[in-house]
Amino acid sequence: MQLQDMYQEIILDHYRNPHHKGLRDPFDAQVYHVNPTCGDEVTLRVALKPGVDGEAVIEDVSFDSLGCSISQASASVMTDLVIGKPVSEAMKIEDAFLELMKSKGQLEPDEDVLEDAVAFAGVSKYPARIKCALLGWMAWKDATAQALSGGDFSRSDSSSDIRSEDGRSEHGGQA
Amino acid sequence: MSEVAPFDVEAVRKDFPILSRTVRNDKPLVYLDSGATSQHPTVVLDAERDYYERHNAAAHRGTHLLGEEATEIYEGTRAKVAAFLGAASPDEVVFTKSATESINLVAFGLSSGPASRSLKPGDEILISEIEHHANLVPWQQLALRTGATLKWFKELPDGRIDVDESLVTPRTKIVAVTGQSNVTGVIPPLREIGELAHSVGALFLVDGAQLVPHHPVSVADIGADFLAFSGHKMLGPLGLGVLYGKYAALDALPPFLTGGSMIEVVRMEETTFLPPPAKFEPGVPAVALAAGLGAAVDYLTELGMDNVAAHEESLTAHALEALGEIEGVRILGPLTTENRGGTVAFEVEGVHAHDVGQVLDELGIAIRTGHHCAWPLHRTLGCQASNRASFYLYNTHAEVDALADGIRYTKKFFRV
Repeated sequence: MQLQDMYQEIILDHYRNPHHKGLRDPFDAQVYHVNPTCGDEVTLRVALKPGVDGEAVIEDVSFDSLGCSISQASASVMTDLVIGKPVSEAMKIEDAFLELMKSKGQLEPDEDVLEDAVAFAGVSKYPARIKCALLGWMAWKDATAQALSGGDFSRSDSSSDIRSEDGRSEHGGQA
Repeated sequence: MSEVAPFDVEAVRKDFPILSRTVRNDKPLVYLDSGATSQHPTVVLDAERDYYERHNAAAHRGTHLLGEEATEIYEGTRAKVAAFLGAASPDEVVFTKSATESINLVAFGLSSGPASRSLKPGDEILISEIEHHANLVPWQQLALRTGATLKWFKELPDGRIDVDESLVTPRTKIVAVTGQSNVTGVIPPLREIGELAHSVGALFLVDGAQLVPHHPVSVADIGADFLAFSGHKMLGPLGLGVLYGKYAALDALPPFLTGGSMIEVVRMEETTFLPPPAKFEPGVPAVALAAGLGAAVDYLTELGMDNVAAHEESLTAHALEALGEIEGVRILGPLTTENRGGTVAFEVEGVHAHDVGQVLDELGIAIRTGHHCAWPLHRTLGCQASNRASFYLYNTHAEVDALADGIRYTKKFFRV
């Protein structure tokens, strides 16, 4: 029985008690993504802050969603992994997760990079469920890109207040 | 079940090679997803193979024997389908790619060309809230193109349609409803809705994708001007759909896809078109698919559509009872088999449909999960995604029991 491969205890724990669920203020970008084949949906917010070397850091990620255990747990694990990380490092984690999801169960995931997300290795054997596991990640990536382009986090002058009063905007997501 | 079975299901199952294969964990396949696509008996597969082995040619053209034979096979299936539906003539049967294309053909025709039926701002299109996206989105698009207004019959809490007569007005130009919901199995009062449509001079289209494969259908009884369905949900090959249309209604529509085979005279300046059904069938016909569909219609006719419907009703009654008694299972739609077909959609409290489907798959049970291309229906029922078991002539009562056991196992697995 491969069910336990897919539904590892870590996944079920995150599903029952998701981390960072519930939309929070403040935020720099908000997106709404759906999985059109099943109707699973996520609304996700990202807040960035300037890091010490001028690179934006993921200050907060919060989300609200409807969906299966895989999509819920994956979003929860993702928030744990990216919050507090510089954007470039978080994107590398996302790359590693994407690679794992495309591996059809053939890849030994790097636990140092993916931490709890290694539990999703079993999901990669089920093509129909990969989109579930990626829903929250793709929403986060989109929101982060929008926050970066909208908030000018890439400028080198880290001493200035880059989150001005009106710098926060809500970007339309893809429906 | 004490009643006498309408036919020997075990004998029928032997006609379907796929039903004897095993799936995950060497479990026998329990196929409860015929609402998505049905499986195929050997006679259908043989008909396609025989066509390619002995008769393959472009129908309706050429002067050689193979071309004649291909034409005979293709037109033979048209006649079989016409008889199956009680159509007045084979010319009322148009072959398309799918039920979806059939509906789009009509929706496009109501916004194009000089046809007197072309919709204008102020005209109204009437559908229902329980439609499959295939009988919803084309009408939204038609409204966008023409400035017509889209209206719909509301869905009642039990999944049935509230046939509100006040929605039918002199401005109503077409009424399009499902013949059987692909989610709840609800069969709307088609004749009544058709009479309402005709009372104001509107066209009446029935999306028969889930109706035609499972019940005896007479287009005259229903009063449909158009009936759309697909071959692959009724034992036929994937890729061939049907649009039945009353001849006058078809004749009044402009062509949809254009090109060869559907023309009368072509000059550089202009083209005239053949009468229906050829007018709607450009390109080289899909004769192999038609050969398969012809064999499927023969198979169903021999078994008897009354018997098919009776068998499915018995399975549905069993499923409603077996699933209904599981704590935490909510069945969407009517809880009796009255005016209801053999699809049973349900939710399991505390377990998302995807997860239910995954566990059942591990047990060899194939169902559909999600919104089944009927998002508004689900929203109205307060359901984000559901599970759907759909039955056909080859399903057994033991498979219904396997489904119920599988749901219990799922609950145990997720500890709900």
